[in-house]
Amino acid sequence: MSNLTNKSNIVSNKKMSIWEKMYLPAVVKGMYITFSHLFKKKVTLQYPEQTKPFAEIYRGKHVLKRDDVGRERCTACGLCALACPAEAITMIAAEKKNGEEHLYREEKYAATYEINMLRCIFCGLCEEACPKEAIFLTKEIVPSNFERQDFIYGKDELVETMDNRIDISKRQSAEVLEFKKNKNFKHNK
Amino acid sequence: MLRVTIDNITIEVEEGTTILNAARKIGGKIVPPAMCYYSKLKGSGGKCRTCLVKVATTSELDPRPLPKLVPSCSTLVQNGMHVQNITSEQVLQERKAIVEFLLINHPLDCPVCDQAGECDLQNLSYEHGLEETRYEEERREFAPVNFGEKIKLHMNRCILCYRCVYAAEQITNERVHGVLYRGDVAEISTFVENFIDNDFSGNIIDVCPVGALTDRTFRFKNRVWFTKAMDAHRDCEKCSGKVVLWMFGDEIYRITGRKDEYGEVEEFICNDCRFENKNVSDWIIEGLRKIKRSSVISQNHYEKLTKQSIIKPIEGKMEQQE
Ligand code: SF4
Ligand code: SF4
Ligand code: SF4
Ligand code: FES
Repeated sequence: MSNLTNKSNIVSNKKMSIWEKMYLPAVVKGMYITFSHLFKKKVTLQYPEQTKPFAEIYRGKHVLKRDDVGRERCTACGLCALACPAEAITMIAAEKKNGEEHLYREEKYAATYEINMLRCIFCGLCEEACPKEAIFLTKEIVPSNFERQDFIYGKDELVETMDNRIDISKRQSAEVLEFKKNKNFKHNK
Repeated sequence: MLRVTIDNITIEVEEGTTILNAARKIGGKIVPPAMCYYSKLKGSGGKCRTCLVKVATTSELDPRPLPKLVPSCSTLVQNGMHVQNITSEQVLQERKAIVEFLLINHPLDCPVCDQAGECDLQNLSYEHGLEETRYEEERREFAPVNFGEKIKLHMNRCILCYRCVYAAEQITNERVHGVLYRGDVAEISTFVENFIDNDFSGNIIDVCPVGALTDRTFRFKNRVWFTKAMDAHRDCEKCSGKVVLWMFGDEIYRITGRKDEYGEVEEFICNDCRFENKNVSDWIIEGLRKIKRSSVISQNHYEKLTKQSIIKPIEGKMEQQE
């Protein structure tokens, strides 16, 4: 069989010479290699103080968006849950009551909305399925935790707040952004 | 008996059969879609025009084609008639246009609509509709109305098929709602609100091809594709008691009649069966309902294989591996 690379060494049982038996030169050689690395560029990163740059369309923790006037976009249609291959999403819908017009965009809204981050594989299919542009994955990562229960993210963790809005325009294709400019469609108003 | 040829398939039917029913006898892809015709309701049909077909030869005696497309649900067959449905480019073109017309005032708010997943209009526009709308004017809007305790009317979504009006007239004793006004402003309305408390009034939910009439007891409770459909029956003095239970876990979310492949219920059920008996113990469950694989409702519902011709070879293989 021919070798894939020329880096392999044939191991042999040949007797060591006196010079080799002293070990000292080998130890010095090893120390030298170790020492020389002190002056080379580091390959490790001091996480979490330092982080690598994220791609604009990194798929991390989800956000449930609000619209321009702060109403929740999600209408609990269940399409994200249907699309989710990991069955990570569950929700319970409720009807918008009089006086709640400033809270929810549509007649129906998600009273509870939960994503089990242990099940989620961050594939982004929920984002693709959503007809209301309500759910997006973000650059934020889901931190580790001790309890399984703590990985079930409810609306309190997912819905964005108005003073800390998350920009998702980079995640949308040029066609979508173009379509959204057309205010003739009710969807865009 | 009359001989009629639909999309190059010839069949013999009795006198007085409509083209649509002749096509349903053949079955398969050549059946024109129907939004307003309902075989169990006398006089229905002729409103929506989705079932338009081309008559290439009128009859044996008169081989000329009919000048315009005709609604197949209300045109009777004649001996030697030749009909084209999916084989005619013109029919498909016009069907597209009809769908566009039906959607002119339709909100298409399927994410909010309880009918989504089992909606004839959704299927129709998925198959025949344009991908985008060309209509830029304001759509007409109505506030949702309650028809009594159990039924909700979303006039926005109504396509004015008149099915519910016929149903109320024919299977309930007295009709208390109808279509008011004409043309663009026509709307379904009860003359006296909250007056639909007839024993069979719930059936107008089942006959509605869209989400205009929906079950208030199921309103926004769940989406149909997350529920599990079970055939069940009970002894009922008023109706046959044969229903479909839409369950989630051990809970019954909704009860409807059993719909056939054309979306028509096999038997109308009474309001007691539909609204009042939502405990599993009230019902004798027959088993999982067969749902077409193409339907979203069959998503994530797994069935036990019982067909020996499929199981046997797999079983053999599994034993070999063990
Ligand atoms: S990213 Fe994928 S796995 Fe995670 S919730 Fe969305 S659809 Fe499910
Ligand atoms: S996030 Fe989007 S897809 Fe999911 S329920 Fe809400 S509106 Fe529907
Ligand atoms: S009636 Fe059908 S097409 Fe119309 S909003 Fe409801 S599900 Fe969608
Ligand atoms: S089904 Fe024939 S016109 Fe509506």
